[in-house]
This record gives sequence, C-alpha cells and structure tokens, in this order.
Amino acid sequence: MRATRDHLGRPLVAVTGMGVMTSLGQGLADNWRALTDGVSGIHAVSRFPTDGLSTRIAGTVDFLDLPLQNAVERSYAMARETTIEALAQAGMSSDFNGPLFLAAPPIEPEWSARFALADRAGPSQKPDDAYDRFLAAMRERPDPAFHEAALFGAVSERLADRFGTRGLPVTLSTACASGATAIQLGVEAIRQGRTDRALTVATDGSVSAESLIRFALLSALSTQNDPPQRASKPFTRDRDGFVIAEGAATLVLESLEAALSRGARVYGILKGCGEKADLFHRTRSSPDGGPAIATIRAALEDAGLAEDAIGYINAHGTSTPENDKMEYGAMSAVFADGLAAIPVSSNKSMIGHTLTAAGAVEAVFSLQTMQTGTLPPTINYLNPDPAIVLDVVPNVKRDAQVTAVLSNSFGFGGQNASLVMTAEPA
Amino acid sequence: MTQTDSTQTDTRQAGRDVVITGIGIVTSQGVGIAPHRALLTAPVAPEPVVELEKLAPYPVHPLPAIDWSQQIPKRGDQRQMENWQRLGVFTAGLALEDAGLKDDTDACGSMDMIVAAGGGERDIKVDSLIVDEALKRNDREQLLNEKLTTELRPTLFLAQLSNLMAGNISIVHKVTGSSRTFMGEEAAGISAVETAFHRIRAGQSTHTLVGGAFSAERADMLLLVEAIGAHSLHRWLPLWSRAEGEGGGMIMGTVGAFLVLESRAHAQARGAQIYAQISEIAGDRGLRDEGRMERRLERLLEPAKGEGGETLIFSGASGMVALAEREKSVLDHVLPGAALRAYGGLAGHSLEAQFPLGLALAALALQCGARVPPFDPAETAMAAPASRAVVTTVGHQRGEGVALLVAEAQEA
Repeated sequence: MRATRDHLGRPLVAVTGMGVMTSLGQGLADNWRALTDGVSGIHAVSRFPTDGLSTRIAGTVDFLDLPLQNAVERSYAMARETTIEALAQAGMSSDFNGPLFLAAPPIEPEWSARFALADRAGPSQKPDDAYDRFLAAMRERPDPAFHEAALFGAVSERLADRFGTRGLPVTLSTACASGATAIQLGVEAIRQGRTDRALTVATDGSVSAESLIRFALLSALSTQNDPPQRASKPFTRDRDGFVIAEGAATLVLESLEAALSRGARVYGILKGCGEKADLFHRTRSSPDGGPAIATIRAALEDAGLAEDAIGYINAHGTSTPENDKMEYGAMSAVFADGLAAIPVSSNKSMIGHTLTAAGAVEAVFSLQTMQTGTLPPTINYLNPDPAIVLDVVPNVKRDAQVTAVLSNSFGFGGQNASLVMTAEPA
Repeated sequence: MTQTDSTQTDTRQAGRDVVITGIGIVTSQGVGIAPHRALLTAPVAPEPVVELEKLAPYPVHPLPAIDWSQQIPKRGDQRQMENWQRLGVFTAGLALEDAGLKDDTDACGSMDMIVAAGGGERDIKVDSLIVDEALKRNDREQLLNEKLTTELRPTLFLAQLSNLMAGNISIVHKVTGSSRTFMGEEAAGISAVETAFHRIRAGQSTHTLVGGAFSAERADMLLLVEAIGAHSLHRWLPLWSRAEGEGGGMIMGTVGAFLVLESRAHAQARGAQIYAQISEIAGDRGLRDEGRMERRLERLLEPAKGEGGETLIFSGASGMVALAEREKSVLDHVLPGAALRAYGGLAGHSLEAQFPLGLALAALALQCGARVPPFDPAETAMAAPASRAVVTTVGHQRGEGVALLVAEAQEA
C-alpha cells in the first residue's frame, strides 16, 4: 500500500479537480492551449471609456453573461463556472460537504449605484453632503440589493448554497497572494484532520475605472498600451508595470487517502505551503528580499524537499520593475547556482495579473505543467534585463517532465505566499 | 512555522489548549483593559456613550478620546491610514503589550496574524464632488475618469484596502510570522478566531494575533445598513428593548478588539498570564427561515450545555429586532439560568469586530471573577462569578458563531 502521509506524518493533500477562467477563455483545456501557444489575453479595455487614462489595457473577462454588470456578479459567475468545472473533473455531483475557502476581491458599491442614489436623492444643501443625501434616499426607499452587493460575505454565501459546502465559509484577502492563501487554508484544514476535502476558490472580476485608476496612481500599471498584448513583459529590461486582469480558479483538495479510497484521479499533490509577512513598506518589498526568501524556504521545508528537487518555478513575475528584480534576488538566494538550471516562467506575460485570483490560477497551471510535460513560455521576452539571469522559457513553450514545482505570490501589504506542488505519484 | 500533525493527538497532553494571553480593547467606554474591567465589575452598568448629533438621525457609539501615538509612534505611519486602520493597529498594539510581547522581536517575528477586516473607506469629499458634477452632465463615465485621476489621493487606496490593516500591523508592530485577512462582516470575525484556534490546536501555530476593528462614524458604512432599514433612529434604547423604538434596531459602535492566542505550552514556557481557555468554537451559516437558524444555534451551543457552575453569556446580538428576539429565545431555552449580557447594547454593533470583542470581554470577566452587572433591564444579576462564558454572534445578514471559554481557576 502506498504512503498517504508526508514526511511529518501529516495527511498528504491531493488535487482531484481543477477549473480555471482567464481572459484567454473558459476552462482548463482552452486556457492551456492558448497559454502554451504563447497567446496573450490582454486587450484594449471596452468595459468603460479610457480616454485620458494613462493605462487603457487589461485582461478583463468579457465573455460571460451576467444578470448585472458589477464586480460581485462577475466574481461570483467566474467562481461558479470554475467550480462547476473542478467538481466535474473530480467526479463530484452531490453536495460538496466540506469547507469553502474563497479568495475574493474587496468590493464596494459601483459608481452606477451611487449615481442612481444621487438621482433619486435631493440636491446638495451644503458642501460634501452626498452621503447625507444617499442616506435620506435610502430611508425613503431601502434597497436590499445595494446592501447585498456591498457585503464581502455575499459571494461565498452564494457558492456555499450552490455547491453545498459545510460550515462557515472563509472569505479572505491577502492582496495578490490571496489565491495561494485560500489553497493554504484548505491544506491546513485537511492536515488538521477536520475534513477529508476542501473547496478552494479564488476569483477576481473587479476591474473598473476606479480600480484601474487607483493602481495607476501608485504607478503600478504598465502604460505601454500599444499593442496591448506586448505590455506584460516580465524580466525584460523595458518592463514598466503589471497589466490588471481578471480570472478565477477552483481546486478540489482531498486527503490522498480519501481520494484513493474513492478511486479519484489525482492531478498532483499540494506538498508544502510557506508564508512570511514583510514589514518594510505598504507597497514595496524589503529590498533584500528577506521575507520572500523566508517564504520560499518555508514552503520547501513544509514540503520536505531540498532546493534541488524543484524542477520548474511558476514565478509571480508581475512585470513591474521592482517585483521581478526582488523575486529574482530571492530565488537566487534560495537556489544559488542551481537556479540557472531551473526554468522559471511567468503566466502573467499572457494573462496579466489576476490579482486576488492569481495564486490559484497559477497553481492550476503549475499542476497542468507537471501533468502535460509542457512548460508554458514567458512571452514578450525580447529585451532581457541583463541584471536578471534566468531561463524564463522565452517566448516558446518547452517540453520537459518536472515532478516538483514552486509557485510564488507576493502582494501589497507585505503579503508573501509560496506553494510547492509535486506530481502524482508523490 | 513548521507544522506537525495533530489529527489523533491528545491536545491537552501536547499542551495545545488554546489560551488567551493578551487583550486589546477600545470601545466608546474607553481605551484598554482598565475601563472595561471597571465596567464588568461595577455594581451597575455604566451609561452608554452615544453620539446623537453628528450623524443624525443615526445614534452611534463613538471613538473615545485616544492618543494614537501611544501605539503608533510615527506620525508618518498614522498619516498612511484612516481611523478604521488606525484603530485596528492601535488595538493590536494594546493586545501585544498586554501579552508582554510588544517589544519581543523574536515572538512578533514568528507570530501568526489573522485580521477580520471590512474596508472601503470612502473619501466623502471626492465622492460628493463627483456625484454633484454628474447631476449636471451626461458623460458620467468620462467625468469619473477625469475626477478620479485628479482627485483621488494615492494613499487613500491603501487606506481602503482590506488587507492593509494587517499590513500596517506588520509595519508598526513587526508582526510577521504570517498575515491573513478575512472578510465578510460578522462571519469574518468568527472565522478568524476559529481558524486561529484550530491552527494552534493542531500545532500549526504556537501564538497568533487575532482581531478586528470597526469605525461606526462613517456615513458610507451607515449607508450599507440603511439599505435594509436596519438602524435604530434618533435615540439609544437598551438592546433587548429596541422594538419600542423607531427603525430596525441596530446602533453601530466604533470598536477595536484584538486577542493574543497561544498554546498553553507556549504561554507557560514564557510565564505568560492566562485570562481564559477557549475550549470550543464553531461557526455556521445557511437559510434562517422555518427554525433553521434556531436549530443551527442550538447545535453550536451544544458544547456549552450541562454542568459546570455559573455560566455567563456574552451575546453579540446586533440589535436587529427579530433576530435578537430569536437568539434570546434560543439562549433562554438552551442555557436556562445562565446570565445573559448583550454587549452590543453598551458598545454598539461592530460587524467584523463583534465576535472578537465578545471574547475579549468574556476573557476579562472570567479572569477577574466579575459579577457582571446587567447591561439591560431584561437581564438579571449574577449570584456568583462565572466559571465559564459563552460568546455568541449572529450576523446581521448571515453567519452565526459560538465560543465557549473556561476560567483558569477551575482548570488548575
């Protein structure tokens, strides 16, 4: 009988179902085909006018039918679709009956809702009284839909009902590491022995004029608008910021023991998770990469793997000047001379930065890399940054069998999380 | 942060009981433990502190007089935040100080953190400017681009981001073992403590900072609650008597509540004070009609049943009239004879911070052997100090949670 416990005697955690959606399309098959063909999903924004904005491109998901055009409906719909796909792959058709961990974007009322309130409220009586008027309008006629659309718990509520998850779902935000954190919470719950399975979902459909402008004001976004598909160029000399994007991913996690006993197909093992917070700055990483280094090392230690076991790294690789430099420094510190022999690619060169969803989207692609023996490329790698010496799988996919993958996620607020995934058999 | 398996281990043997060793608390009743210990041990409950004018017709329990620099020494750090984040960072500092870990670089550097956060603090001036201008124009989306580009302060975005309360705690207090932010109103607070509890019990964490903060004096937050007509209007009433007033029954309160949770072994090894042990905690959700909410609450309260001396219930009831009545009738039925205290009557309702606040008050009451005075005419006096405390939170829209705390004296 094969081992179902890890080096520390904990239950091994298997991935038995995956679903994904990005600007490249819906479903793992379509996404993987485009991703390995080096296709970019980045395009000019059509959701709202971009005249006068310095950034006019994004990787929005525009092909879904939504009952209402807002971030909650979009984030929910994407999470629902990727979960349907993941559960089908896992061969689960009844109530999920395990906990739900959801990475979801912080949401606020849409501007259209504020304008509608202003239209039905009285005119301004004194400066800065918009909210007094909104409140008066709400007293006249409450609007439960407005309430629900601004509650952070609304998306997980609908997912919990739709898929029959158990207990109180966790909705979390660790900025750009959120997707990885959701997976980590699922792994921890299974290791605690509280459940045999966990549904981990990450979704972000929050691109709007305000979200784009906010990131632009922090100088975080690429302004290389033309052509859009060339803007995201991780690890190059002329990278100038990330491309904001949308996406979602769902992973069905099960204890390997439970997965095997029900005869489920195992797509990979979530072998280790690491995290370490950064205290340097609200939006910038410690220049020495200390917390990122500690995060990667913690993930390797948790996985019980040495540095030389890692065969491929799915980089955070945002295409911002700072992240790519810092991430390279951190990888160099951990893998030393061995780094030269490890291919490192950035999915964000094609799908942009799916923010809250990125960690989970990229975990799915990491697992698929091992499943298919194909490394997705880093596209737009035409002008390498001479200070970053990496095998980025430049521009064209590559065949390579790898059995252990590291995936990094780093975010605003000092958030760092890394995942180590291994091929089945573990 | 090396994780070990705990599945079948006896947590007591392993010293993995979860104990509360630090409390940070700010309400309209005051800053820190002293005013709250005083109110819990007073012969009669204090008068609620209510601001009636500033956001009329909505009464709110306001931020007390507070000197931010006591916990956030750098002006530059203070300026990077709005009051919601400031309050969380301040209160987290109080909890660390109370636990004796404030300046312990190693302990903070390996400390885990789970923050229950809302977010989305709006710039009322900018929003007003935009909607007023929009009333005169047809090209509203174009107007948005112009005004947001020129009027938004870049730092406001960071003050709005949910996970930046935790981010600022890392920066100001150097808590960096891990940093996770949970969202989702009251349920976020329940899940935060529940997750920290299970991680410690499983040996995945030895010490965790957990809590949240809520700023009630925000028109944008009041708007959310007014969208379902849930505010009490014009005046304060005792929580269990809100049906007599105008409006839906909720009075929001500015609150910061943080706890330091540790495994008993970790706490004992460093000789830490222990307020109380958390022996059980669970949350759930679902439809609330046809007695479903009552059945869930009864199941969550199951571990609190039975013998064990005087029981004190800290109910986090939001004040929403029908929900409060339903919760009270379940509590009266499941735990007859227990002393019920609805702390939201004194502190207000604080969404994400509500459940952590209940745990903070319960731990404090158990530790000082308080005979907590009734907060409300519908509550009865205690004959003796409690040996156990039940904390409940029923979310104003969804989510329910219950924790059971046990006094240390009985454990010895």
